[in-house]
Amino acid sequence: MRDNPFYPRRRRRNLIWMTLCAAATVFGMSWLVMILFSLVTNGVGGLNLAVFMENTPPPGSAGGGLANAIVGSLMLTGIGVAIGAPIGILAGTYIAEYGRYSKISTVIRFINDILLSAPSIIIGLFVYTAVVLPMGGFSGIAGALALAVIVIPVVVRTTENMLLLVPNQIREAASALGYPRSHVIRKVAYRAARTGIITGVLLAVARVSGETAPLLFTALSNQFWSVNLTKATANLPVTINNFINSADANWKQLAWTGALLITAAVLTLNIVARSLSGKGSKS
Amino acid sequence: MTDIVSSGPVSRRADIAARERALRRLMPGDVLFAVATRTAAYAVLLLLGGIIVSLTIGAWPAISAYGAKFLVTERWAPSAQPTPILGGLGPLYGTLVSSLLAMTMAVPIGIGIAIFLTELCPLWLRRPVGMAIELLAGIPSIIYGMWGFFVLGPFLANVFEPGVIAAFSHIPILRDVFAGPASNLSLFNASLILAIMVLPFITAVSKDVFDTVPTVLKEAAYGIGCTTWEVVTKIVLPYTRVGVIGGVMLALGRALGETMAVTFIIGNSFPIKTSVFAPATTISSAIASEFAESDGLHQSALILLGLLLFVLTFFVLSAARLMLMRLERKAGT
Repeated sequence: MRDNPFYPRRRRRNLIWMTLCAAATVFGMSWLVMILFSLVTNGVGGLNLAVFMENTPPPGSAGGGLANAIVGSLMLTGIGVAIGAPIGILAGTYIAEYGRYSKISTVIRFINDILLSAPSIIIGLFVYTAVVLPMGGFSGIAGALALAVIVIPVVVRTTENMLLLVPNQIREAASALGYPRSHVIRKVAYRAARTGIITGVLLAVARVSGETAPLLFTALSNQFWSVNLTKATANLPVTINNFINSADANWKQLAWTGALLITAAVLTLNIVARSLSGKGSKS
Repeated sequence: MTDIVSSGPVSRRADIAARERALRRLMPGDVLFAVATRTAAYAVLLLLGGIIVSLTIGAWPAISAYGAKFLVTERWAPSAQPTPILGGLGPLYGTLVSSLLAMTMAVPIGIGIAIFLTELCPLWLRRPVGMAIELLAGIPSIIYGMWGFFVLGPFLANVFEPGVIAAFSHIPILRDVFAGPASNLSLFNASLILAIMVLPFITAVSKDVFDTVPTVLKEAAYGIGCTTWEVVTKIVLPYTRVGVIGGVMLALGRALGETMAVTFIIGNSFPIKTSVFAPATTISSAIASEFAESDGLHQSALILLGLLLFVLTFFVLSAARLMLMRLERKAGT
């Protein structure tokens, strides 16, 4: 082997390419570090109790917080997930259990995958024409519905995948005891796939809580404290969006702080969901 | 042998009857559940139909006013008199070019990371590194936009771009592609942010399809003395080509529709410029920045842009899914 004149050249080429691959990994990870670094350095300074207690300030004034936006975001996300998750779980159940081998399930699965990656601004346009125009104005409900539309495909996908992992023997054993199909699914298959389904819902919450584009012209935003979901509702992403573009230093600081809060929440949810699913697949 | 539950023919019959009654009581719930799941599943189909129908209705005034001319008109003048002059060429160009630029940057790096993770990375490091790359996908797009606007844009405009502009200033054609002045808001800046955003998608799909390569094949190649790079280029990549292309298309679909990250950093300027360092606009950023204040034909034209974007991503994503499904079938058999 050592006499082969090609061998050193091949080894050299291997070394070069593998170094490049390692460099690509370092490059990719460095972006995460840089983004988190600027979020922390710029955001931590503005973090205080007022952020959670006071409403968004008018332009040009000092102080204030993000309380109305945080509460609005929690409401929109909560309602969006409350609407989207059950529909998603049921639809996922249909394609994994009742219609596992039917043609229509293949179609639904395909369409769902497309909805999963469809641009979120399109969802915003859809809800604008289908809900905001008929209702006659921007509203928190429209925002929540837009988020629900984004939640559904995420939950369908994970629910289906998790139910497919449940061994058929368990279902057969339950059926042999005479249980109707729905009981087999609810009492046996759901229980076996529970961790995975919860992971899917958590991932959907994470995905939705940072979404801005679908809220821009559905929930809009609101300067004031309001829990009335039939009116424009304050929310964190759109508030950040509006504050970034302003010259107001106080608003800019609040935007960084809000960005830090959202990112921390989303990344925590992601990590929790992933460690849950990691445990689930091992056991 | 006597049965534990029923000790005689009479009581056994009673048992069976009781059991049937109990089961019959469950039947309405059973049917209801089946109907509920079926309805939810069809709701997913309805959702797609609803999106297409409502966008088409919303876009109809613009379609009938401009027709196919919309696709080749560059001018975007919503307040022109007597009727607004609106053409989608600028946003369409910006959307396609920014996404393609982003893909040329993200594809080699994304696949490189996947190769590192599957072939080189020590096992204990695999999970943390994979997690870090996946977290990149978890960061909301508005955060990317904000970071690009405040941090990356100024850095590119002050440090990176002047050097590139100077380096290419004497080469024809490239001189125009990389023409100055450097700007905080430009097509290139948006593409770079997009590249970072789609990187995790390319890596995740590539990693998954690389894992479908039978270990025996790789071991055989190593056994005859192949280097890691040779195993990757001669065994892994040919075997998974369709899947990798599927992953790239999936990422392209994401890049085409990405909104918030792009809106902050592309400059929202409709005229088409030859330089990548000049401001531009994309479909999604045009909608995001103008829709809330638009009405009439202007709003309809924006919805038409949205419809075009949806059709575009629909085809790209369909192609991606079909390719990935083909690979799945191959791995399954």
